[in-house]
Amino acid sequence: MTLANSNETLHRKREQSALSALNWVAVRPYMMIFPAIIVFTLFFLYPIGYMIYLSFHDWNFVSPDKDYVGFSNFTALLQDAKFQQVLRNTFMYSFATVSLTISISLLLALWLNKKGAMYGFVQGAIFSPHIISLVSISMLWMWIMDTDYGLLNWFLNLFGISNIPWLTDPKTSLLSLIIVAVWKGIGYYTLIFIAGLQSIPKDIYEAAALDDTSKVRTFFKLTLPMLSPTLFFLTIIGLIGSFQVFETISIMTKGGPINSTNTIVYYIYENGFRFFKIGYASTAGVILLLVVGVFTIIYFKLLSRKVHYQS
Amino acid sequence: MAEIRLVNIVKKFDEDTVVNNLNLTIEDGSFTVIVGPSGCGKSTTLRMIAGLETPTSGEIWIGDECVTNMEPGKRNIAMVFQNYALYPTMTVRKNIEFGLVNKKVQKAERDSLIQEISDIVGLTDHLDKKPHQLSGGQRQRVALARAMVKKPKVFILDEPLSNLDAKLRGQMRRELIQLHKRLGTTFVYVTHDQVEAMSMGDQIILLDKGVTQQMDSPMNMYHDPNNVFTAEFIGTPPMNILERGHLNAVLPTLFEDVKYVGFKPEHAEIIAGSEERQDHVVLKSEILTTETLGAETIYTVSNAAGMMNVKRFDTPIEETNDVQIAIPYEKLYFFDGQEERIRFIEIDRTAPQQPKPVLVGGV
Repeated sequence: MTLANSNETLHRKREQSALSALNWVAVRPYMMIFPAIIVFTLFFLYPIGYMIYLSFHDWNFVSPDKDYVGFSNFTALLQDAKFQQVLRNTFMYSFATVSLTISISLLLALWLNKKGAMYGFVQGAIFSPHIISLVSISMLWMWIMDTDYGLLNWFLNLFGISNIPWLTDPKTSLLSLIIVAVWKGIGYYTLIFIAGLQSIPKDIYEAAALDDTSKVRTFFKLTLPMLSPTLFFLTIIGLIGSFQVFETISIMTKGGPINSTNTIVYYIYENGFRFFKIGYASTAGVILLLVVGVFTIIYFKLLSRKVHYQS
Repeated sequence: MAEIRLVNIVKKFDEDTVVNNLNLTIEDGSFTVIVGPSGCGKSTTLRMIAGLETPTSGEIWIGDECVTNMEPGKRNIAMVFQNYALYPTMTVRKNIEFGLVNKKVQKAERDSLIQEISDIVGLTDHLDKKPHQLSGGQRQRVALARAMVKKPKVFILDEPLSNLDAKLRGQMRRELIQLHKRLGTTFVYVTHDQVEAMSMGDQIILLDKGVTQQMDSPMNMYHDPNNVFTAEFIGTPPMNILERGHLNAVLPTLFEDVKYVGFKPEHAEIIAGSEERQDHVVLKSEILTTETLGAETIYTVSNAAGMMNVKRFDTPIEETNDVQIAIPYEKLYFFDGQEERIRFIEIDRTAPQQPKPVLVGGV
């Protein structure tokens, strides 16, 4: 009897320890990601949630009261002619910057994808803007693009072109910012393109040479399709980055002249921290979140198909 | 007319001489195999014929045209690459069609050519697949089809079977031989595998360190090697090469300055330890390993002259310790200090056996 009893206790103990071991196994992964979850919630989820919360309120940043206003911030924003121009500017800026950067970098990569000291030097030279802070770059280009004393107009004068008011004319101001962004971006893009080009097996080109393929056809039928993952990656990353342009605008043009270079992030900043319309600024923030979100979803959806990846 | 001639070809990469003053003629319509160990310059030679490398000096002729500086695409050559080099983004059909489009062949003709070729190589069901959906053997066929469809003057194949498994390799080997017969075009085939060279080629060019060692038919290559290198390269297992110094006790007197003595594994006989043989080199030996391959058995034996292989077609021998191997005098091959073959040699059979001078060539 006693023996049977002690046996039973032993069994129960074993079961219990097995159960607690099982629990520990189930709980352990959550314990491990807990610190990361805390950081993520505190610094990502909470601000996003708070921004969405604020977008339904009217608040001036100092008053203790936040007045709930429903969707009126959204309706006001979407009817705001200035915001419509801001959206247009942002899209113009982003698509022009990305398409120009990509086409110029691709051409440069095709040229620089060779061995030799000169190619290394050029690659280093065009990469250098990437490591300079945007503030310095903005200051530099403000001088280069100065209407009366700038390097750019001096250079154009040599060809008999009269002074262009780059940053002070609404017709050229957005273009000027695009030029700066392209100038800064091509080094990095070229580097990624060169890496992409180098991953294409050489013997494919040899096979194409034996097939008597012209250079143009080789590029469009072989190189470009093989580069499609790189191309796609850079397009999406570039677009998402350009939608959020801020520093150059803040330093070089302050959104002007006459709102011609105002973009979403600068508009958010302006409304929030200069006009203290926090609710309104948050609403613009939500719109930006949606736009960037849509492009990110497209990126991940398309990533799995349409684009050729080497097996 | 598509005889290929290489005249005084030298190829250097920086200071490295990969091909050194190579002269060779590949006959029109032949199946020529360039074989040699890795780094011997065989692939470089092939790539120079294709135009993917330019020789440092010398001339390359295809038919009666000097193509030394001609672009690869203009040479009317098709190449099958080791890694197939298919265009990964295109379907099988597009892969085969690509070269035809470049040549501005009309759509209707292209379609009928693709149909015809894919029937020959058995790809008809796979025309709309991408290369990554195909097995290794199928990719190989696509590469072949892509080469064949251009109807070139010369086919160039750079180790095309090395990525296939042994069984498929054997099958593709036979298919390539049939294909060559059917097309009658010049095939230039590079491999490091002497079995492929022996089984497929009607002319073999053996290279080592950028220099031709021997250029011959497979049977001559096997039975009549020019030097130690050829003898040790061709054959499974290859010829046993022994230093003469180790054999003085059992060899008859040789009147030439012989440094090495060789014999083919299948020419040696394994006899009982007590048996005696006339006109044979007899060596007391121990059998180390026995590989039974069914029809044949390969023994690794050890004796005073070193380790050597013996190949026999009779029942495997059980006794491994007290045996002798016997090689008839007329099956011996002799080489001099430069490892060159001595073809005719006088043997004085007085020592250690009876007098009976004869000429032997080992053939």
